[in-house]
Amino acid sequence: MTDTNRNLTQEQVRQRIEQHLASRHRKEKVFRGLGIASVAFGILAVLVLFTDIISKGSGAFVQSAIQLEVTYDPLVLGIDKVDEESLTWANFTGVIREALRERFPKVQSRSEKRELYSLVSSGAPFTLRKRLQSDPELLGKTQTVWLTADDDVDTFVKSLSDSKEGFRGRTSDQKAEWIQQLIDSGELKKRFNTTFFTQGDSREPEQAGIRAALLGSFFTLLVTLVLSFPIGVAAAIYLEEYAPKNKWTDLIEVNINNLAAVPSIVFGLLGLAIFINFFELPRSAPLVGGLVLTLMTLPTIIISSRAALKAVPPSIREAALGLGASRMQTIFHHVLPLAMPGMLTGAIIGMAQALGETAPLLMIGMVAFIVDVPTGITDPATVLPVQIFLWADSPERAFVERTSAAIMVLLSFLIAMNTAAVLLRKKLERRW
Amino acid sequence: MQTSTLFALLLLLILVAYGAGISRALTVAHKRGGLRKLAALPGYYGSYTALWCGLPALLLLGTWLIFDDAIIRALVMDRIADKPDTIAGQNLLYAQIQNLASGRLIGDAAPQLQEAALQLNRLRTGSRNLQAALSLILAVGLGAFALLRFSPELRAREKVEQVLRWVLLTCACAAIFTTVGILLSVLFESLRFFQTVSLTEFLFGLHWSPQMALRADQVGSSGAFGAVPLITGTLMVSVIAMFVAVPVGLMSAIYLAEYASKRVRALAKPVLEILAGVPTVVYGFFAALTVAPFVRDLAASLGLQASSESALAAGLVMGVMIIPFVSSLSDDVINAVPQSLRDGALGLGSTRSETVRKVVIPAALPGIVGGVLLAVSRAIGETMIVVMAAGLTANLTANPLESVTTVTVQIVTLLVGDQEFDSPKTLAAFALGLMLFISTLMLNFVALHVVKKYREQYD
Amino acid sequence: MDTMTLDAAGQTAASQPESAEREAVDTNTSKTVGKPFCDDAKMRMRNVNVFYGETQAIHDISLDIGCNEVVAMIGPSGCGKSTFLRCLNRMNDTIEDCRVEGELTLDGEPIYGQKVDVVPLRARVGMVFQKPNPFPKSIYENVAYGPKIHGIARRRAELDEIVENSLRRAGLWNEVKDRLDQPGTGLSGGQQQRLCIARAIAVSPEVILMDEPCSALDPIATARIEELINELRENYTIAIVTHSMQQAARVSQRTAYFHLGRLVEVNDTETVFTNPQHELTEAYITGRFG
Repeated sequence: MTDTNRNLTQEQVRQRIEQHLASRHRKEKVFRGLGIASVAFGILAVLVLFTDIISKGSGAFVQSAIQLEVTYDPLVLGIDKVDEESLTWANFTGVIREALRERFPKVQSRSEKRELYSLVSSGAPFTLRKRLQSDPELLGKTQTVWLTADDDVDTFVKSLSDSKEGFRGRTSDQKAEWIQQLIDSGELKKRFNTTFFTQGDSREPEQAGIRAALLGSFFTLLVTLVLSFPIGVAAAIYLEEYAPKNKWTDLIEVNINNLAAVPSIVFGLLGLAIFINFFELPRSAPLVGGLVLTLMTLPTIIISSRAALKAVPPSIREAALGLGASRMQTIFHHVLPLAMPGMLTGAIIGMAQALGETAPLLMIGMVAFIVDVPTGITDPATVLPVQIFLWADSPERAFVERTSAAIMVLLSFLIAMNTAAVLLRKKLERRW
Repeated sequence: MQTSTLFALLLLLILVAYGAGISRALTVAHKRGGLRKLAALPGYYGSYTALWCGLPALLLLGTWLIFDDAIIRALVMDRIADKPDTIAGQNLLYAQIQNLASGRLIGDAAPQLQEAALQLNRLRTGSRNLQAALSLILAVGLGAFALLRFSPELRAREKVEQVLRWVLLTCACAAIFTTVGILLSVLFESLRFFQTVSLTEFLFGLHWSPQMALRADQVGSSGAFGAVPLITGTLMVSVIAMFVAVPVGLMSAIYLAEYASKRVRALAKPVLEILAGVPTVVYGFFAALTVAPFVRDLAASLGLQASSESALAAGLVMGVMIIPFVSSLSDDVINAVPQSLRDGALGLGSTRSETVRKVVIPAALPGIVGGVLLAVSRAIGETMIVVMAAGLTANLTANPLESVTTVTVQIVTLLVGDQEFDSPKTLAAFALGLMLFISTLMLNFVALHVVKKYREQYD
Repeated sequence: MDTMTLDAAGQTAASQPESAEREAVDTNTSKTVGKPFCDDAKMRMRNVNVFYGETQAIHDISLDIGCNEVVAMIGPSGCGKSTFLRCLNRMNDTIEDCRVEGELTLDGEPIYGQKVDVVPLRARVGMVFQKPNPFPKSIYENVAYGPKIHGIARRRAELDEIVENSLRRAGLWNEVKDRLDQPGTGLSGGQQQRLCIARAIAVSPEVILMDEPCSALDPIATARIEELINELRENYTIAIVTHSMQQAARVSQRTAYFHLGRLVEVNDTETVFTNPQHELTEAYITGRFG
């Protein structure tokens, strides 16, 4: 072989390459290993996150309830007939206490009684009231009812399956014994937690539910969708089909891209200063929340709608224009229907983003403690993520469970929306 | 008349105008012998009339609704002789008057206030009646005008399309309005803030304690508003997040783009993207209840003292949140590097990792840097994770195991709950917001510019 | 050695077409007309089949590439000549579902196989691509890239020398010696391609594979590259894929004609262009299809 270089023969070159091979392959393996480790870390994070949430939250879907023989004694209730007014004043708490005392007749001292009464949720009287209201005949009669247990009881009962001792917290030995008795006699059972889905927020974990937050999220998203989709699509049409290439258009473009990356909390400040302070719109209302989220999701929708419009081949436009259609007709009759699936996909993804958003809504007062279920877009309301934030802050152990359960509900909505977006894209995707 | 009834009435009028336009066009066309004699389809004449009828009236109504409260307030307050000097005092007074006017406040108030309340009610009724009358007259009048102007030669389609085009343009400008809105809202309140606290104190002060602003022995009488501890806290959390997100995000993007088989890619990518779809409040919950105790216990087992709201826990979780962001941006730029460069390097006998490290990454570097800048701006602006998992008290420290607070946390704590719009405490939140907006805007601007330039290079 | 058997096989294969009737052409047979084998082969390929997933791109090709010769591969587009070329330094490995079967050797050593390391292989069998693909680095760094990753140069001076020599051999030195630190992407197309050749030479390969190296260049730049190929033949074995028959005629000693994934005819370049032995070859060089 001839010399390739003046002082290095091909043989020498081969040798030198051989010398380095082992270390180079080692480096290659390390690099590859790092790659695998990174991907594995990401996947692990997903798994840990989901198992953590699910293991914490699945308990919230059941709720301990205590079976009691309740007598709707007119004397205890302090009423003689059943009507709106008497129901309001009736002493249902007394009825429940009576029933509890009957079940555990040995209890005498005052402190013991207080312990005993705290077995049942403070919301239980409302259950009885509703029963009596729907069936006035019950007055003076005795009935077996399942009443929601207090959250401390619930937490204790649920923790019993983890360890023999269970998590006591504020539960005294005496109370634990009663609970054990009730469990053994089948008078305390874990039943499906309907309260969680049918009630609004409450200070008492066993009475707290996500219905108000869900409806708040619904109204907020409704406002967001109604505003952001048409505006976003219109903006995309203008930018993609009409806008001349000039400084003004560039400015709009730069603006949209920048807005997409502005921290969400800044939108909250905008909402507070402009919508609430300047326009004096009601605080805590889904209307304002929707407006803020509209501004936030607009960039996403505009960007995806533009991509959808871009994907429609120019030949379609040329065909329509060639037949004498005006530009507007071409767009609205031909281009827009073809681009619609892409736009809808973008809208769903934007809505999913909006559904998970919390920070800006804190600014406009959707963080208030609201028990009532909202009925419109101007009622004070909270949304699911904010409800999660509020509950996460509560010290009671039972709220941890409910927070995780609310997260599970939120995540399932998000997963459903994203899956819908993916399916929609797949199903309606056109190949030109 | 109620505003909602007015709206309904206007909508009805618009529909009527639409129908009238169409029927008018049809009758004329019929007389002249066919639709071809018209310059546009009847539907366009309908839309044309409807636009004339509805658009000006709705615009008037909108403007009216925006400004009537402010004008009424000015009129009412003008009549009151001895007004308080402060804005807060005036607000309070006006709220009193409003309550009086709506009958919510029962009891005896100063006669001056009662009179003002009566005037307020008068003005309100008057305004509402005037607004209804004006917009209805406008709608009917202009609708009729459009019908009268009708002629078969009228190019209704072009006119309608012109209006539509303006509507489209307005929508496209929504982004600009938003930016301007953000700027105005944070700028004005910030300026008011800087009237009480000097800019230098805000930017270079080492002490932040707005909550105790009312205590007399505090620095000044208005609390301490030195933002340095917030800035360092924000930076610390962001840097920790970047230490997690950039290597993991970049390496997983590289692995998935350069090494993984199609099947692994098809499986791993969506899983990683799940991380991007999880709401930040969920990460916050996870950070506060799972990661923070874990970090604390781990530190304790190593003989270290860690706060239960450590910067490390918040930063780690934020890093996890940003992984998919970094990896999808890196994936884009790595895929934009032409295959021919890889072939060139492989053809010379590079190993895959050499190709990646010495050719692909250097070629993709501008794009990756842009992506990382965007990620940094995300970390700085992230709110929920730090609100839930980082501390509330400003702490000037370099120890990631201690608790720190961030700009966003302070904005939230200052603004959640009742606000007085002229206490420096509330206004400080807007000053922080301005700072946040400007810094992220600059980061985004640079990042987007870099990425764009990079894309052009390989297009 | 096994050269004998291979030669024998080569002869039988080569002698058949003499008698083979030209009218009885069956494009589906894998018989190659002409002289696919030679005595001092640098690379030997036997019964090579290449598959992309389920589709077969190369059907049973056998060919030798002799020492210090230029073999040109011609044929209509999509005939598999580039695919075949990329098998020779295992560049097809980068394509996920590509599978190569058959016996391929370099100096008698197998190219494919579990134990074969592609890294030194590709250093020995260099490649120049269709489109000039200099790295977005300086001219110097482009040429120094190979020696650096392989650890060929021990000192800076050695590296400088390698870079200069390689650029000289590629006929680019005089044009770029004053701007070695400027980006390689700033050169003209022809210069870029010569830079890529210099980059390939810098690791002292034994074989250089060229995949239509002039297809993106203007005639003047093409002429320079062709000149260069003629000079390089003294030191290297070259296999070049080209779509230009004139180019094949100008630079190569032997020419192989590919058709639909099969090697139809291999012969001395002169023979192929003056007296093609296979009907398809004739059809192609007379321009009946292409």
